[in-house]
Amino acid sequence: MAVKILAETLLSIRHIAKRFGDNTVLDDLSLDVHKGEVIVVVGPSGCGKSTLLRCINALEPIQAGEILLDGEPIKPDGKNITELRQKVGMVFQSYDLFPHLSVLDNIVLAPRKVQKRAKAEAEAEALTLLERVGLKDKAASYPRELSGGQKQRVAIVRALCMHPEMLLFDEVTAALDPEMVREVLDVILKLATQGRTMLIVTHEMQFARAIADRVIFLDGGNILENTPPEIFFTNPQTERARQFLNMFEFAAVKHHAPAED
Amino acid sequence: MPDLGLSVLLKGKNMARLLGGLWVALRISLIAVAISLPLGILLGVLMAGKNRVVKAILRVYLEFIRIMPQMVLLFLGFFGTTRAFGWNISAELAAIIVFTLWGTAEMSDLVRGAIISIPRHQYESSQALGLNKRQTYFYIILPQAARRLIPLSINLITRMIKTTSLVLMIGVVEVLKVAQQIIEANRMTSPNAAFGLYLTVFVLYFLACWPISLLARYLEKKWR
Repeated sequence: MAVKILAETLLSIRHIAKRFGDNTVLDDLSLDVHKGEVIVVVGPSGCGKSTLLRCINALEPIQAGEILLDGEPIKPDGKNITELRQKVGMVFQSYDLFPHLSVLDNIVLAPRKVQKRAKAEAEAEALTLLERVGLKDKAASYPRELSGGQKQRVAIVRALCMHPEMLLFDEVTAALDPEMVREVLDVILKLATQGRTMLIVTHEMQFARAIADRVIFLDGGNILENTPPEIFFTNPQTERARQFLNMFEFAAVKHHAPAED
Repeated sequence: MPDLGLSVLLKGKNMARLLGGLWVALRISLIAVAISLPLGILLGVLMAGKNRVVKAILRVYLEFIRIMPQMVLLFLGFFGTTRAFGWNISAELAAIIVFTLWGTAEMSDLVRGAIISIPRHQYESSQALGLNKRQTYFYIILPQAARRLIPLSINLITRMIKTTSLVLMIGVVEVLKVAQQIIEANRMTSPNAAFGLYLTVFVLYFLACWPISLLARYLEKKWR
């Protein structure tokens, strides 16, 4: 038997199904994520990308299959769910900072209350991380005083400060003005160079191509493509993926293109 | 300058009696407020929760109290219970009980409204950070709900203070009743006393409620 040395599997999704009533969103989906891997998930809206991320963080219960993180099953009602969630950082499309807390308190709340870390230590780390994303001077500000791009960078720092083993990004630039998209994507690119394990849902195809180790194309609740970005973007294996990429390129011109929603 | 009838205030112990009446009114309303705020928060959290039976019971309670005029509740609480159950409680205690039931019901609905107005994303991003349900409520949801609650609950508290003017109907001698007694007693000597006395009552109510409004404004600024 040939022994192949692969990076350790961090997250293992096995045959999961997710249904909302009669509507099947994820159907017998399996995926392995290895340590240090950056996976970008693309697909038409409604294909289940966001639901997939929400299932991984146990914000949605699944109806079949299992999700293992470091070999431990993730279930919304599981006893160790808060411990598992600490290992998975999630950043949302709408930032979701806590409006009643300052930037610094937003970041150190979970480290202090969940991980019971000392105030000084947590704040020192928060400030270091803020400095890295260029927002150290905003530590005392409140979320309402920040721009969208700044809020999203704070949200990323908030997730990082919990020392997650893996980061989930759910269309983090979709709600941003174009000129702020870049500043957020740059932060994520920097994280990739640090060897972080990340699962990224995005509509920024250029960014996907630059950052991904693997691109997952999701449609109809299934993984149709699971390939390196060079192959996915130049020579997609399925007709659906080809259509999807085409729609992207001509989105501005093809007014009669079937609206997907 | 017309005779406003203010001179009556200086006669005998009239001013002291009025202040005593105000104290009775404040005692009733503030004891009721002190009990109904925490109780209302507790019931409001339950009403925003998932238990259907609990929610249904609280809904009936809330609707019953809200539909009834306060005067009817006072009559029911004082005269009604005396006949029906043979209770012999003082009018002031009956008033406190009725005001507490009323304040709790209204407060619980305000709390419920404030809690469900917090977007679902706030719960989710809190859970995603590993906070459990209790921590999410304690550190994320309730502090935000409290900020939305300030103007609403201040309005409720001042309404409860003002509505104590009804308890004279069940025989509690509070500030308005004292004013009426003084007016009656001086009908012959100072026929204009009514204006002066009611003006004084107005000022007393204002002085009682104004600091609460100031406190609300301070909190709103501080917690903005």
